[in-house]
Amino acid sequence: MRKKIKISINGESVEVEKGTSILDAAKQTGVIIPTLCYHKDLCIAGNCRVCVVEIVGQKRLAPACATPCEDGMDVLTNSFKVRNSRKHIIELLLSEHNTECTSCYKNGGCELQLLASEYKIMNQDFINLVPFHNYTIDMFSPSIIKDDSKCIRCQRCVRTCAELQGVNALTMSYKGDHAKVTTFFEKAMNDVVCTNCGQCVNHCPTGALVEKNYIEEVWNAIADKTKHVVVQTAPAVRVGLGEELGFDPGSRVTGKMVAALKRLGFDAVMDTDFTADLTIMEEGTELLTRLKGALVDKNPTIKLPMATSCSPGWIKYIEHMYPNYLDHLSTCKSPQQMFGALVKTYYAKARNLDPDKIVSVSIMPCTAKKFEANRPEMHDSNYRDIDYVLTTRELAIMIKQAGIDFMKLKDMHFDRLMGESTGAGVIFGATGGVMEAALRTAYEIVTGREVPFDNLNITPVRGIEGVREASIKIENPLKAWSFLDGVELKCAVAHGLVNAKKVMDSIVSGKSHYHFIEFMACPGGCLGGGGQPIPTSPEIRAKRAEAIYAEDEGMPVRKSHLNPEVIKIYKDFLITPLGEKSHHLLHTKYTPRNRF
Amino acid sequence: MKPITDLIKDLADQHGRDRHNLLPILQGVVEQEKYLSEYSMIEIARELDLPATEVYGTATFYSFLEYTKMGKNVIRICKTITCSMKGEKQILLAIEDMLKIKVGETTPDGKFSLLQTNCLGFCHKAPAMLINNEVYTELTPEKVREILTEYLNQTTEGGPNVN
Amino acid sequence: MSTSYQLKRADFIFKNENDWEDVLRKSISRPPNELINELISSELKGRGGAGFPTGLKWKVTSEEVNDVKYVICNADEGEPGTFKDREILSRVPFKVLTAIAICGHVIGARTGFIYLRGEYFFLQNELNKAINEFEYYCKEIKFDFKIKIFMGSGAYICGEETALFESMEGKRGEPRNKPPYPSSFGYMGKPTVINNVETLAHTYTIFKYGSKRFYDLGVQYSRGSKLFSVSGDTPKPGIYELELGMSLADFVEEFGDDDTKAVQVGGASGFLVPRKRFAETNIGFQGKLVGISLPTGGSMMLFNSSRSMFNVLDNYLNFFAEESCGQCTPCRVGCQQLLKGIKAVKRGEKNAQYLDKMLKLAETMQFTAKCGLGQSVGNSFSSIVENFREEMIY
Repeated sequence: MRKKIKISINGESVEVEKGTSILDAAKQTGVIIPTLCYHKDLCIAGNCRVCVVEIVGQKRLAPACATPCEDGMDVLTNSFKVRNSRKHIIELLLSEHNTECTSCYKNGGCELQLLASEYKIMNQDFINLVPFHNYTIDMFSPSIIKDDSKCIRCQRCVRTCAELQGVNALTMSYKGDHAKVTTFFEKAMNDVVCTNCGQCVNHCPTGALVEKNYIEEVWNAIADKTKHVVVQTAPAVRVGLGEELGFDPGSRVTGKMVAALKRLGFDAVMDTDFTADLTIMEEGTELLTRLKGALVDKNPTIKLPMATSCSPGWIKYIEHMYPNYLDHLSTCKSPQQMFGALVKTYYAKARNLDPDKIVSVSIMPCTAKKFEANRPEMHDSNYRDIDYVLTTRELAIMIKQAGIDFMKLKDMHFDRLMGESTGAGVIFGATGGVMEAALRTAYEIVTGREVPFDNLNITPVRGIEGVREASIKIENPLKAWSFLDGVELKCAVAHGLVNAKKVMDSIVSGKSHYHFIEFMACPGGCLGGGGQPIPTSPEIRAKRAEAIYAEDEGMPVRKSHLNPEVIKIYKDFLITPLGEKSHHLLHTKYTPRNRF
Repeated sequence: MKPITDLIKDLADQHGRDRHNLLPILQGVVEQEKYLSEYSMIEIARELDLPATEVYGTATFYSFLEYTKMGKNVIRICKTITCSMKGEKQILLAIEDMLKIKVGETTPDGKFSLLQTNCLGFCHKAPAMLINNEVYTELTPEKVREILTEYLNQTTEGGPNVN
Repeated sequence: MSTSYQLKRADFIFKNENDWEDVLRKSISRPPNELINELISSELKGRGGAGFPTGLKWKVTSEEVNDVKYVICNADEGEPGTFKDREILSRVPFKVLTAIAICGHVIGARTGFIYLRGEYFFLQNELNKAINEFEYYCKEIKFDFKIKIFMGSGAYICGEETALFESMEGKRGEPRNKPPYPSSFGYMGKPTVINNVETLAHTYTIFKYGSKRFYDLGVQYSRGSKLFSVSGDTPKPGIYELELGMSLADFVEEFGDDDTKAVQVGGASGFLVPRKRFAETNIGFQGKLVGISLPTGGSMMLFNSSRSMFNVLDNYLNFFAEESCGQCTPCRVGCQQLLKGIKAVKRGEKNAQYLDKMLKLAETMQFTAKCGLGQSVGNSFSSIVENFREEMIY
């Protein structure tokens, strides 16, 4: 228990723990202090100075975010001096910011714009500094657009990339009037270590970093009567989308989302959960095969631990950072790409459609999925497997553009063939979910019994800790798996690439004893993805996670191998996990990349 | 001159491989190479196990750590107040005229680069300039031409003996 | 009528004394508390410009409980018009080394650093020789202390103490949020005393002669002598050790060229004093009894009537716009606005009232910038614009 101290904020006394910032103390008394460089996910920078407050007796103002309360402190958050200074600072930021607000993608969602509007900056007559800088817009990445003319140097992106992700694709460069956020030698984002995770986009207060949007392309496809437009939705979208459309964080809007997609005019609305379940079949089988190869056949070329491959941000990260460890990755494509390969083959055949006329769209909580869809190897259907990837935010924009009153929509169901989901598929959206789904299925395949956890909830792999471990001892397996008798299957879960690095470093140093590891690029897993609604904070991630697990518990089927459509696709098309068709359509390979 | 990879390895052996050893290593590379190339920065990042962007972001903060190719002799003319009052412009013009380059440029033979810099701490002997690490003060156009001639005539390694 | 102090020359810092071994040996045999009290009663204040009481700084750091502490000598002398630290380090390096080591003894540090600006690279060899000799002697008297030089690489802001730590840690020289202060969380997060070169040289004098000798110089609140770097329109530019508290009029009398229009006290981040204020301006720390007191790191730049104050301000603002670290809004954007603003007024693109808007901005920068750089840009800006408004417009 830390020492309590008393301070006064705008004349009101408040008791706080020693070490509390003025910003947090103010929050406790219901006083809102505006911020820009501050973000709950990140360390304190104290560089935008928007949150300055007056401490009575001090000549200089103090940044509320970076100043700890001292006993007896008398703080004013709205004094004459504070108001004038704050207004000045907002004006200064506007003067270096490209204020083409009406044509900005972040129009309406920009924190600087909001501040300018709150403070009614009407007669900003500082000199426009934008023309003095030779700004460029980096549009080379299929995922992210970086527009330096809109950057206000709050460094949220830099801290995000370093602290949450350990990627360090972005840095502050130069100094003084030339100071700006850059990549290594100002290369295009597409040419550096950037994993396209989009956490920078999610944390950027302005339009300096935004997703590359494909909204118009998708509208055009829908409008084209010769095209059959198929859409899939990732598990995490259904627990995030509501936030953009008037719901509180943690609201599940699965049925409304399906209804909205149908109203938008998609010809078929199906579910990535289906291929999540399929991934479990393929990846689970791959894991068991690897275990046999390593434990029974003692084949030295078989690499353990096996790492999951669902998260394209993670994939690009390991390609850059640990290019010698790509053999540890499962060869399974991500659920999005499995879906893509199947839509233009299995689905096309079943529906008697020309795959050339199919436009395959996916709605993802993720910006890295845009890059993934763009990878040259993702053409196994002989077409581009996924044509367009939209983020949760882009879908919300389309729903608004279409004039749909989302709140009033009646729930609808996904279309059949590739629309059936299980609870196991749904939890792919949360960190630990792939692991939990895999264990539910693998354990049952090996032993013929359900996993020994109450109500199938494998709680040790759930939670928010950056790295979590779990192990399950396999006893009395079925005959085919007798080599696993007594084996303690050791698993780990890591989310946020900075945590992925910890686990990878333990593998590199030879200290890792795991068999199977789930890696997710984003904090919280996909529900905290770079394509999810802004803001995303620790509290909001927790609420989305609750919603995901509630969705799981409400499902009639909660194990991937019991998904009737999964059973059907193996019967009708794929024949067997890791079979020839699977190998061709559902598995992939990886590319070593540069580390800068 | 050592190959860059060897140089970086030696510098890291000498100073250490922690983050707080970064500046001396960057300085060591600049000492020999006059600037930090993309390749040097990647190698330094690898040697110190740092993200390459961190090396880049740090290097570009410091005026003396150039990141574009520089000539063998880097001239830095002080442009701060006292030097500017005491004829920095004439010195600059004299050099531009003699070397046929502008500020920020390098002579085609790679012998000189011309830069401006902030206060060198020789305000009482303004105007002042640095050539590499050597200071020259109380400059006049004639004096600066003499100094540069010495450098031009120099054929061996190491600085000329003028002051 | 202000009390006039004649210029009083002093000669401590550069006095060739050759007794550093004695001073070191005797000082480190004294208990830390005694040395701290000596410093406190001397009323020595930091000579880098900020003027924090040196004794208090050492005291607070000595009270921190930590196995590892550091002493850092700040030789990142970058303030335009200042060149005294270079002179100290080249002429009397042993005084500084001795002072660093005594500070180590007082606070419980075994390592000292000299952060030497990149521009002074040429000092490095001689200084390293001195350090070798110094460390050899320390070994001889069984005093466990090491001193290392850390070279800067051309960044004015690294003279700011926390930016200097960042720089030494291999990072961009961006000032930190304070608190925490260096006394508890300095270089590598350890308690650190960081002093200007000249401050350390004065502690040598104080430890050698006792605090009274120092205290007796200068005036109330501004005790002791100080090195002044004199440049600009003066017949005798150079470094002079003078007692604090002199009036600027006397200073100009001595160093002016009979046509002095204004004096910039404290470098680009200090104040410009116009002729009409010379008599009422005293050089020393705030709190003097009469007139205006201007503290300074010792930079005294004289301008005669041939100088355009617009050009002077333009030069300063260019300097700040480039040398700001660029992290905080008021400093990064403010410097650019002031620079572009005076040009716009001069060209007639903005009217004269825009100067008033900029004066308010300069005030906001003083209140809100993260570190001393941004906070002090307004000093020269306001004092020049207010006193030479005409020159800004026409």
